[in-house]
Amino acid sequence: MAFYVVQFLTGLASAASLFLVASGLSIIFGVTRIVNFAHGAFYMIGAYIAFTLTERLSGAFGFWGGIVLAALAVALIGVIVEMVLLRRIYHAPELFQLLATFGLTLMVEDLVVLIWGPDDLVGRRAPGFKGAIDFFGQNIPSYDLFLIVLGPVVLGILWLLFQRTRWGVLVRAATQDRDMVAALGVNQKWLFTSVFAVGVFLAALGGALQIPRDAVHHAMDLRIIVEVFVVVVIGGLGSIVGAFVAAVLVSELNAFGILIFPKISIILVFLVMAVVLIVRPWGLFGKPEAAARKTPGLTVNPWRPLTSNERLMALAALVVAAMLPLFAGNYLLTVGSEIAIFVIFAVSLHFLMSVGGLASFGHAAYFGLGAYGIAFLAKMAGLPMIVCLLLGPLLGCMGAAVFGFFAVQLSGVYFAMLTLAFAQIVWSIAFQWVNVTGGDNGILGLWPSSWAASPSRFYWLALGVAALVTVALRAMVFSPFGYALRATRDSVLRSEAIGIDAKRIQWTAFVIAGTTAGIGGALFAYLKGSVFPDNLGISLSVDALVMVLLGGVETVSGAVIGAIVYKALNIWLVSQTDLSKLVLGGFIMLIVVVFPKGIVGMLEMLAQRRKKASPPGSPLLAKPIESAE
Amino acid sequence: MRARNYFVGAAFALLAGGMAHSALAQDIKIGEINSYSLLPAFTDPYRKGWQLAVEEINAAGGINGKKLVVISKDDGGKPADAQTAANELVSSEGVAMLAGTFLSNIGLAVSDFANQKKVFFLAAEPLTDAITWSKGNKYTFRLRPSNYMQAAMLVEAASKLPAKRWATIAPNYEYGQSAVAVFKKLMSEKRPDIQWVDEQWPPQGKIDAGPVVQAVAAANPEAILNVTFGADLVKLVREGNTRGLFKGREVVSFLTGEPEYLDPLKDETPEGWIVTGYPWYSIKTPEHDTFLKAYQAKYNDYPRLGSIVGYQTIKSAAAILAKAGSTDPEKLIAAAEGLTMPSPFGEITFRKIDHQSTLGAFVGKTALKDGKGVMVDSSYKKGADYLPGDAEVEKLRPKD
Amino acid sequence: MSVAPPLLAVEGLTKSYGGIHAVRGVSFALRAGEILALIGPNGAGKSTCFDMLNGQNMPDSGHVRLLGEEITGRKPREVWRLGVGRTFQITATFATMTVRENVQVALISHGRQLFNLFGSAPKFDRDEAGRLLELVGMGGYADRPCGELAYGDLKRLELAVALANQPRLLLMDEPTAGMAPRERVELMRLTARIAREKSIGVLFTEHDMDVVFEHADRILVLNRGTLIAEGSPAEVRGNPQVQAVYLGEGLVYDSRHREGAST
Repeated sequence: MAFYVVQFLTGLASAASLFLVASGLSIIFGVTRIVNFAHGAFYMIGAYIAFTLTERLSGAFGFWGGIVLAALAVALIGVIVEMVLLRRIYHAPELFQLLATFGLTLMVEDLVVLIWGPDDLVGRRAPGFKGAIDFFGQNIPSYDLFLIVLGPVVLGILWLLFQRTRWGVLVRAATQDRDMVAALGVNQKWLFTSVFAVGVFLAALGGALQIPRDAVHHAMDLRIIVEVFVVVVIGGLGSIVGAFVAAVLVSELNAFGILIFPKISIILVFLVMAVVLIVRPWGLFGKPEAAARKTPGLTVNPWRPLTSNERLMALAALVVAAMLPLFAGNYLLTVGSEIAIFVIFAVSLHFLMSVGGLASFGHAAYFGLGAYGIAFLAKMAGLPMIVCLLLGPLLGCMGAAVFGFFAVQLSGVYFAMLTLAFAQIVWSIAFQWVNVTGGDNGILGLWPSSWAASPSRFYWLALGVAALVTVALRAMVFSPFGYALRATRDSVLRSEAIGIDAKRIQWTAFVIAGTTAGIGGALFAYLKGSVFPDNLGISLSVDALVMVLLGGVETVSGAVIGAIVYKALNIWLVSQTDLSKLVLGGFIMLIVVVFPKGIVGMLEMLAQRRKKASPPGSPLLAKPIESAE
Repeated sequence: MRARNYFVGAAFALLAGGMAHSALAQDIKIGEINSYSLLPAFTDPYRKGWQLAVEEINAAGGINGKKLVVISKDDGGKPADAQTAANELVSSEGVAMLAGTFLSNIGLAVSDFANQKKVFFLAAEPLTDAITWSKGNKYTFRLRPSNYMQAAMLVEAASKLPAKRWATIAPNYEYGQSAVAVFKKLMSEKRPDIQWVDEQWPPQGKIDAGPVVQAVAAANPEAILNVTFGADLVKLVREGNTRGLFKGREVVSFLTGEPEYLDPLKDETPEGWIVTGYPWYSIKTPEHDTFLKAYQAKYNDYPRLGSIVGYQTIKSAAAILAKAGSTDPEKLIAAAEGLTMPSPFGEITFRKIDHQSTLGAFVGKTALKDGKGVMVDSSYKKGADYLPGDAEVEKLRPKD
Repeated sequence: MSVAPPLLAVEGLTKSYGGIHAVRGVSFALRAGEILALIGPNGAGKSTCFDMLNGQNMPDSGHVRLLGEEITGRKPREVWRLGVGRTFQITATFATMTVRENVQVALISHGRQLFNLFGSAPKFDRDEAGRLLELVGMGGYADRPCGELAYGDLKRLELAVALANQPRLLLMDEPTAGMAPRERVELMRLTARIAREKSIGVLFTEHDMDVVFEHADRILVLNRGTLIAEGSPAEVRGNPQVQAVYLGEGLVYDSRHREGAST
């Protein structure tokens, strides 16, 4: 019996640290609607700064003072980030802030190694909380007890802050209805800045408090960020109590789950999230998202098919690309093939995200399923390459059909998180089921047949498929189905009122996007000659998001350009420097600030401006879309 | 200081990027790949090790009179990126062979690439048995003692313990799983009387140490096998110490004696664990002294195991290239098979049968000395003594 | 001999939220070609009533029948397929598409081409879309992005969209809210003309009593969720109960009061 009590308390202690970080994320999201990918980075910086301070300052006061000072210092960094970076892009398309904070995260990961060195750092134990307390023969670390108390205390303080102060009332009001607060004449800028500072403070405090338990190292951020997002979503976005309950739920399920299924930890949070979202689409304590007042896209220029001149130009670009083997060596051709494959991947996500308004955070699942499809067909069934290429993507198609069915029941961030959960579930199956998938050692020896083996032939194959896929998906944008899909994106209410079954349309789009991603994955398996769980992983899903956002989420061809620029830059940087993350992160942040509509979005805007400069355009054209309300 | 060097290095690398590496045609180039950005704690000393080796080789006149150049690439911890790097090294840089890698899956990816493109590959650090056995191929050799060898060394010591009730804690991925599997198999062969009472599989890098420690303690084992490392190990040790998990229990632990993993534990190092590792401070052989002096003189820092691996990787590569007298992969293979050469740990041989080197490891016990973790009572275990018989290896390895 | 069922028959429609009756026992009928106004002060339950007619909202009890067929609780998209078009109090359009594309989407849906993946949507029923836009006086705006339209134009666009499936019945929730007085009259004249020509039944809610009394054939008056009067404009105007309800607000509702929410 004592054992179960202690296990329960241990779970509570884990929950407390999770809650601190999650509550900060939840507050930030609730008010600013920023998907703050950098939250983990702030957590990590908090731990690093706290390490330095607690090593320098002596005594108990030095330790606790160091922890608090570190959190304050990071909050200050947060304020600077908000004012310099995020403020400029609040009006950019949804999720563009994700791109900015992703860039920031990349930079921070390299910066902490530059500043603090590559070694894992182990900090001091907390003065007064070094030992354990005996509980019927079981030991409970006193620091755990401290954390168990701290969690509810922080929850209480936050509750008072939100219920009893004017600032808190404004934050709650803003969480429910951002536009209304703006209408009340509140200085929204400073409200956002202060909210961001509080959120970052909590993240950094969470990180700093890990010092007596954990090692401080440069991958801490990734370890926590996804888990924290999951906790926030399970609890319900913007709900602090929800975050607390979810943190306790997840931690306790883990603490007791491992007694029965020792391998459960790797997948547990995602399973819980998937179940919660399917049963309660807005999380445990969340409320249905108020219908967005603005339509998701901000495009004032409606999409149109290419003119015949533009078609000729695109064809010319394709011809030039097809001539690459005439002058490039094997390496460049292989890089070219890889870029072509990522173009396929990016346009498939673009179709779902830009055309359908459904931003998937787990699109790599279908890419990876396509790749594994190849591996199973080629290695186990021994089928020839051409058959594999045709059948392999079907695995992506089937995965998309199953997961998409559940995912399209949700929208917005909940949709994104459910796709993430599904992707993680698929990933962990690939990772765990060693007998079938080879686990993380993957499946090797999937090299192309001789007709496609030479780098130039494979390049032509990849380029050809990429061109076909791009043309096909683009044609679909301007097909009756594409119109229907855009209609569901712009207004579900109106779509349903004119006979459109929005869920079925979106589900179909999901399957199309998943199958297309599977085609990319199938080619990728042959390009690399192997398949690994990485091919389904979060970082690949994030890559796809970044490519689409970088190119311009509101454009039709942004994904192609985004994929080419991002992938080429990425490969080149990784090859040139160990600090590729620093440079790439800086580049992304620069793009975000300079081109808030993405690269192609920016080009279109420039072209538009030039066009308008000649004949005086109607003033109506410049009117922002807000008036559509 | 370090920071500035990095920045200057990065800026230079970016500038020089397009111009390629101005190595002369008659230089011999080795392409080296490792997870520099993902695992700097391990790859930093590793890089220092191979840089020292390159310096020594060229100071001694290079390889058959030709200058040795190592072109190094980061793989970011991703197999797919490692293959891109391998391809660049082979196709664009025209390297004579590939070397390096840390993670098992990356080692396997590059090994498969090498097999496909018919390029010689010397895997430095990956531990997986598959790379020389079940997924072994003609073009791939491996330097570091494998998972199996480390397990066998530990079993030798562990089987002498009186403990009968054993629990295991291992990261939930291929390395952890196969380490536990081999250890269990070898242990049960020697000690049919023992019982496996619990196993814990925390996700790699994400251990929730408190509940894991509690769960293991609840099973009340007499001895524990640990395979976690890095930050997970730190958390496990801290929770285990506080909760008294290790009190009165034997612990056998993979790799924990390597300075990379032992040093961060500082004064919290648990005492009396049986570990494999690298006690650079207590090795008193002339080969190692020479290496240690050279390393400390160049870097003003002590070596980690990665330094040894990096150093010996390039030294081995040079020896193979020198013996082959050619960069033809078939000749390199012929030269490498059965080649014996000196190392800081004594003589090693690349076995013909499975391309595994006989580099060994030290087994000893952890102890606290001046507030730091050290290995005591350590002895060197020759790799050759901990590999299965030829008949068994034949069965494990696919026919070329 | 049985009498042909009315176009729309509503019987005992009831809905309550947390114990408060928003709509209670509302019954009425609507003939083809008839223009019926549903009026009442703010909070009378007009919008709730409206939303239950096309499945946007589920009644607690009561029946809605279209040409005798039970449509209570059917989904909006199914009700639409039966020939019921609808406009919203706060316009719902596809803001990133052009005016013509907005109409084309409805035509695509009507033509059951929603899952046509490779056809050309820009060419789909282009002329028909143009004709519908001409009909509502939006012909010159066809290629404008919908997001740029003035509010009154959006209302007209909604009407064009609602007409795309050749409806039998139009449900228009405050069709002239947000429009200038002259525009209101124009729009309602247009609606009335189309309704008479095509024999479409129209049910609309409206705040502007000028519009109501000029265009409605019959008027239903809703107060606190129940119908208190029903009849021709003249009958309703003379009804003392109606006058009592509107007393203080003025029987002729202030037409400058534009987007005031009703319920």
